[in-house]
Amino acid sequence: MDTVATPVTAVPARTRPFSDWLTGLQGQALLLKSITTLVIAAGAAVIMVPLLFMLATSVKDRDQLRQSPPPLIPMAAVTVEVNGEQEPLYRVTMDGQTREMALIKNRPQGKGLFVDPANPDQTYELVIAEQTQIKRLEIHWENYAEALSQMKFNSLLLNTLVVTFAGMAGMLFSCSLVAYGFSRFRAPWINVLFLVLLSTIMLPGQVRLIPTYVFFNKLGWVDTLLPLIVPQFFANAYDVFLLRQFFMSIPLELDDAAKIDGASPLQVLMYVILPQARPALVTVAIFHFLYAWNDFYEPLIYLHSPQNWTLAVGLQTFNALYAVNTHYIMAASVVMILPPIILYFLAQRIFTQGVVFSGVKG
Amino acid sequence: MQLSHPRLAWSLTRREAAWAYAFIAPWLIGFVVFTVGPMIASLYFSFTDYNIVDTPRWIGAANFVNLFRDELFWRSLGITLKYAAFVLPLGLVISYLVAVLLNQKVPGVNLWRTVYFLPSVVAGVAVALLWSRIFDPKFGILNPFLALFGIKGPGWLSDPDWAIPALVIMSLWSVGGSIIIYLAGLQGVPTDLYDAAKVDGATTWQRFRHVTLPMTTPVIFYNLVLGLIGTFQFFTEVYVLTGGAGGPARSTLFYNLYLYQNAFKYFHMGYASTMAWVLFTIVLGLTLLIFRSSDIWVYYEGQLKGR
Repeated sequence: MDTVATPVTAVPARTRPFSDWLTGLQGQALLLKSITTLVIAAGAAVIMVPLLFMLATSVKDRDQLRQSPPPLIPMAAVTVEVNGEQEPLYRVTMDGQTREMALIKNRPQGKGLFVDPANPDQTYELVIAEQTQIKRLEIHWENYAEALSQMKFNSLLLNTLVVTFAGMAGMLFSCSLVAYGFSRFRAPWINVLFLVLLSTIMLPGQVRLIPTYVFFNKLGWVDTLLPLIVPQFFANAYDVFLLRQFFMSIPLELDDAAKIDGASPLQVLMYVILPQARPALVTVAIFHFLYAWNDFYEPLIYLHSPQNWTLAVGLQTFNALYAVNTHYIMAASVVMILPPIILYFLAQRIFTQGVVFSGVKG
Repeated sequence: MQLSHPRLAWSLTRREAAWAYAFIAPWLIGFVVFTVGPMIASLYFSFTDYNIVDTPRWIGAANFVNLFRDELFWRSLGITLKYAAFVLPLGLVISYLVAVLLNQKVPGVNLWRTVYFLPSVVAGVAVALLWSRIFDPKFGILNPFLALFGIKGPGWLSDPDWAIPALVIMSLWSVGGSIIIYLAGLQGVPTDLYDAAKVDGATTWQRFRHVTLPMTTPVIFYNLVLGLIGTFQFFTEVYVLTGGAGGPARSTLFYNLYLYQNAFKYFHMGYASTMAWVLFTIVLGLTLLIFRSSDIWVYYEGQLKGR
């Protein structure tokens, strides 16, 4: 009976006027969804436009940089040779006809002298604003090669990679051990120590900065990469917390099975916990990469000679020295943000699903 | 049966504790060497005149007295608090609202999330350099954009009155990091609560106001505390945009930048340590204030179960 009744009620629903439908529940939901999507899209445009501007600026030449306002697509004026000089070409409307003409001279009141390149002796005085300048896409990829060689990119990249990956190895090694210790063992004071560890997240780094600098200075490590790498071997609160949360979700039965087979606690970590925790390890590794790659404060303090700089410091100095070369600065900046972006797209799920932050709540 | 033997049980507990301490040893050592030790040392330095070359000379509370008389200290504190007063509430509202929107079933939601989180992975020098070009009054894109609405944009980074608002705009562009955390919080709200509210006839707004908002207050709290600490660490962007000077006319001399200048430009290590401890005290005080207030507005699910 019900199956017959359904199409019958659907007929009057369809014949209802649109305004009725719009104020109905279904219509409201659709309207709300459309507005939501529009707002989200507008916000997304706000985020993307600066990045497009960066990319566009990185492939412009000096003349294109002087365009104000700057086009988001790198355009350049088309020129034509008139009497031995390059003049900008315009699409000119005259007597109802459209012709291509070159602007050879500016006149008062926004007017200009135009000529047909084929017949340069005949000039026409026209209002410039009423004509459209002919532009074409002009992309200078060579800016990249030029920028990278000017800033001595290879040495900067090498230092950054050493700092990033040596530090990552140290972080993964130490944080796995510490997170394992905090997740699987009972010991006096261990919970208090875990709270102490967590509280260091809120500690402003400045209170330990200067003595740490003095300490590394005494060791003769200032102006080497070591102060950026070695502390990573002593674990940090964020990553220990994340790994511990994950380790806690691995069933204890797995540990017990291994223990019955005679595995030591270290073997349990290596052969049971770590293989299970691969997603969490990948996550903290990615976050470490982003942190180390973008870090500026510590490299700025510890690295003095140009041959020891990381990309962040090198790029900042490159800008300080050659700020006028905006196209080169932006090209170098694009190269600097490319690895994080590629990594981000490869590991998108980790960010968009927010899996790792499930432990944050409460 | 054997395990209940007191001596054997005792030795097993001791062994377990020994393993625990062995595993957390890297952090314990690091904590002593890179946190506790330096904290004590910097507290000592704050009472000395120290230029890193000569041995520290005890000068009592002179650094603190000088600091409180230092016009630039007050200025840098004011700039930092002013910036925090804009960035924290605005960032909170914007990132929370975006997270709520991104939590809806809209077409292409994964693509949108990808776009919104993008700025948080590219933070740093490159982005600061990009914004220095965006804010350029003549060759940038912000003022032409404002001109579309008939607004004549200011000189931004070259205008002492507009440099801080410029930094606020730049920071708001990269709120993606807190959006991720809010989104995780929103996804953690149990759906049966929404179902129950629907059954009771709650409207969309009522469901948001009485279910979503209270259930996500812990995440708001977390972001607020970390945001506050982050504000006092604010450095890279302002260093890059002002070449480390905090210009124009010292209008962007943030607390952390002034501390950096004292420590690593003038090598007034004692004075900079004093600044660090004053900063620590302020941040601790403000954090405790937020913690105190959290009883009123932060809702923990566990509390209900406990009653």
